Order: sequence, then structure tokens, then C-alpha cells
Amino acid sequence: MSVDRATVFRIARLARIAITDEEAERLESELSGILDWVAQLDELDTADVEPMTRVEAMTMKMRKDEVTDGFCATDIVKNAPQEDDHYFVVPKIVE
Amino acid sequence: MTDLTDLTIADARKGLAAKSFSAVELTEAHLAAIKAANRALNAYVLETPERALDMAKASDARIAKGEAGALEGIPLGIKDLFCTKDVRTTACSHILDRFIPHYESTVTANLWAAGAVTLGKLNNDEFAMGSSNETSFYGDVVNPWRREGSDAPLVPGGSSGGSSAAVAARLCLGATATDTGGSIRQPAAFTGTVGLKPTYGRCSRWGIVAFASSLDQAGPVTRSVRDSAIMLGAMASHDPKDATSADLPVPDFEAAVGQDVKGLTIGIPKEYRVEGMAPEIEALWQQGIAWLTERGATVKDISLPHTKYALPSYYIVAPAEASSNLARYDGVRYGLREPGKDVLSMYENTRESGFGAEVKRRVLIGTYVLSAGYYDAYYLKAQKVRTLIKRDFDQAFEGVDAILTPTTPAPAFAAGEKSGDPLEMYLNDIFTVTVNMAGLPGISVPAGLSLEGTPLGLQVIGRAFDEETLFRVGHAIEDAAGFMAKPQDWWSKA
Repeated sequence: MSVDRATVFRIARLARIAITDEEAERLESELSGILDWVAQLDELDTADVEPMTRVEAMTMKMRKDEVTDGFCATDIVKNAPQEDDHYFVVPKIVE
Repeated sequence: MTDLTDLTIADARKGLAAKSFSAVELTEAHLAAIKAANRALNAYVLETPERALDMAKASDARIAKGEAGALEGIPLGIKDLFCTKDVRTTACSHILDRFIPHYESTVTANLWAAGAVTLGKLNNDEFAMGSSNETSFYGDVVNPWRREGSDAPLVPGGSSGGSSAAVAARLCLGATATDTGGSIRQPAAFTGTVGLKPTYGRCSRWGIVAFASSLDQAGPVTRSVRDSAIMLGAMASHDPKDATSADLPVPDFEAAVGQDVKGLTIGIPKEYRVEGMAPEIEALWQQGIAWLTERGATVKDISLPHTKYALPSYYIVAPAEASSNLARYDGVRYGLREPGKDVLSMYENTRESGFGAEVKRRVLIGTYVLSAGYYDAYYLKAQKVRTLIKRDFDQAFEGVDAILTPTTPAPAFAAGEKSGDPLEMYLNDIFTVTVNMAGLPGISVPAGLSLEGTPLGLQVIGRAFDEETLFRVGHAIEDAAGFMAKPQDWWSKA
């Protein structure tokens, strides 16, 4: 087992997903199984290999620093679960 | 009217130009077919008949004025991963089930500009994570094909299972799809359709719900190689809104269809001969080699030594990028919100209720491999392995023009057969995932039937931005195979 129960709860907290004890038990073996399987990559010596960043050499383009979009606050908040006067409403954060 | 749904895009285009039928008639025939079939197949998650008829009327007007676009009046299905303005877009996830975008993805905008007509949104695995279309919040898609003498439901492949099922069952003339690890080609192979994953950067990713951004690429599912070339021509463009979109001219892909393969060298990678591969797949592969040789191509054995590492490195890269991309679903700006006692529990409850089991599994794997202290051991290592996989292909392409492989290690499996074990499901993508890791184009072409009477596909892999060779070789296989088999219509009687 490469991940234990406490690790499952820790990463679920990091991922902001609530999980039950039963789910944690199932995930412990599933995640361990997947991580044990990907461990076969350790067979490869990649010390002198560059990580892949793109398919073909391509220079990142720059654009003029100017406003090209905006003034659509109503559209932006239209799908919000809760909004008030073009603000997203969330539970109280600061006491 | 029913035979209007049986046309290829190329033939429908001719019929529309010759005024043999109108765009409205063509669309109506498809709307009727969807109405009769969708309860049984579950290919569409949203039907938009009014919008379809409005667009078809506009197409008829443009045809009358002699202003027809490249896809004028052609009714298409759209995978529900493409954002469509004012039309619900869900990625087939509960977390987005009421999301109505106020913008249009670049790919679909290109299709509408070419005159295409939308029939509605197609089912897929939740956030495109799956190989059987069994993870959708809207339920399984059923493959129109069945094993001979059996009426047990088969999966249509995934994640683009709605696209493949709809094209195979004549519920659209073509469909958009996306491919992160095989999600266009594997469903195409399972349904006897043509599925193309273009080179990374050929189609804009802007407005497509993101899964793994360094792998995701849009492409078409169609009933012929020519139709695939026609659709790609309309979907592809350079898009300043996607920094990874290639600033290259879009060639006349259709011109490549029908060019002979004489003089081409086709590579046969020995690493794709895997243990447990169905014997009929091996036989089909040999048949494909024979077809291309008979037509004047030279066949050459090649080696892609890092093939076996593609799938494990994919299951680091894809979940890592998914965990970052899916962080945006937090119950604040759009999508589902479940209340909690504070903001943190609101996030946790929203994501626990909004995501399905496979999505959670991948987000958690991704979170783990990106967490403090593990980045180098997992994500960085996997990106280095990608370089090795890409290098294998670069070296192979010094001596060959294209590579021929089976698309999948086995034909379509039954619903529920592999959903218990994530690793077993992942192995379905063993022949397709290498192409995504290297960013290359790949096409799956139906080439024969399994012993069970279900379709099998051959895959052609090409050099970056050389989809034209895929269309040449793909068409030669299509022509030699003469694949005319169609699933028997049981669904509209159900």
C-alpha cells in the first residue's frame, strides 16, 4: 500500500472533496493500486532527459497590452449559484 | 425520408447543391431519427430541434443565394464538452448541470460559420474521463452494435460515446468529439466509424471544458474518411485565444483523400503486439499490412521502445492537469453549490456531491502527485518520459511516413464488464495514448468485424501537422476494406 488512510484524508482535504470513511477505505486500495502501477516508470533513467513542454518548437506570442473584452458583468454572474448586484456571494469568511 | 440519415456528409453536400432535398428536410429526417432512438441509445443529453430548424432554414436561404459554406446545411451532433452560447453545456457532470455559457467555443463557432446545423449536445463520460461512457451523470450510452445472437448492451467506447453512437446509428451526419488519451479513436473503433485526433494545436481548445490541457484535442467522428477531412477543414483554425493553437495554414485536407499510397513507407511497431490481444485483432492488422502493400506502399518493421511507459505516465500527467483544471468548480462562480457551515465545507460538500467516482479518483491522484515533495518524482518524471516517447516517434519518422497499429486491443465490451477495476478500464487506451503523449495526429478507420460480429478499427499515426498522410492512408484502408456493415436498427423499435 503506497498510500494509507490518513494520506487519503489529507489529499481529499487538499482537493476540497468531502469523503466518508467507506469511500476512504475504497480509495486507499484504488489509489495505491494506481500508484504502484505507475511506479514502473522508475525503471527508466531520466536524469539527462528534458521534460516535454511542446509538440513542435513554437515561440509564445505576445499581444498588445490593451483591453479587448469586458463590460459584461451581468453575463459573468448569470451562472452564479448566488449573486448580489454583480457580486458573487459566499459564506462569511472573516469574522 | 429515412435514407437522408444514411448519407455521408460528402453526398449530402451534393444533394443539397443539386436541390434534391433541402437543409430543412435533411434536418427534419435527423430530428425524427433522434426522437425514435434516443430513449434506447441515450446518445443525446440535450436535443435542440427549434435551433436546428432555424439554422437549417438559414442554410436553405444561403444555398438559394449561392452563398453555401463548406458544411452548409449539414446536421451535426456536438459533444457536451464544447461550450455553446445560450445552450446548456454540462461536460455530463452534476456540478455543471445547469450551466449555460454566454460564449461559443472556437471549434463550434467555426462549424456554424461554415453553415453547419446543430442537432443538440451529445453524451460523454463525465469531464471526458472514461473509456466506456459509463461515468456520465446522464447515464450510460448504448452501442447501436450488438454481438451476434445477443441483445446484451455493449459500450460505445468513451469518452466520446455519444458522438460515436450517434454517428453509427444515423442520428447525425457527423459529430464533434475530443481526445485526451483515445477518446475519439477508441469509440470510433467500437462503433464502426472514423475517428480523427488531429495534431495537438490543430484545433483551438478555447471554449472546450478542460480535462488535461497538454493532451486535449478536438476532432471529428464521421462515417467516412472523406467526411473526416471535410469536418477537420472546418474545425481547424489558428486562434489567438488559445496560446497553444498552431499558427499554420489549414491545408485542403479533402484533396489528400484518394491520393494513392504508392511510394509511402508504413511502419509496423513491434511493441504494439501485446499479450492478451484478441487473435482477430492481430489478423486484422496483418490484413491492413497486406492491403497497403498491394497498393504499392512499403512496409517496414520499427521499434518504439518506450511504448509500455506511455499509459503509466499518462495516468500521472492527465490526473495532475485535471486536478488543476477542475479546481475551478468551487460552487462560487458557476455550477452546483451545496451549503456548508463555512466556506471550506461549502467547497468540500459541493465537490463531493457534484463529482462522480471516477472524477474524484483522478482529482485525488492528481492532487497527490502534485503535492509538496512529490512533483519531481511524479509529474516531472512523467513529462521526461513523454520526451522519450516523442523521441521514439521522431526517430521512427526518419524512416517511415506513417505508422499502422490496431486501435484497440479488443472489440467493444459489455456494459459493466470493466467498470469494477479502474486499471483494467485504463488498459483500453494502450494503443491510442502514446499519440496524445507525443502530440501527434492519429485516425481510426473501421476495417473489419470481430468473431462476435462487432466492428474493429485500424489506427494510422502520422507526423505532427501531417493529417494529410493520415487521410491518404486511411482512405486506402477504407477503400480496401470496403467496410459496409451497419448495425441492425433495433433501437427505434424499442
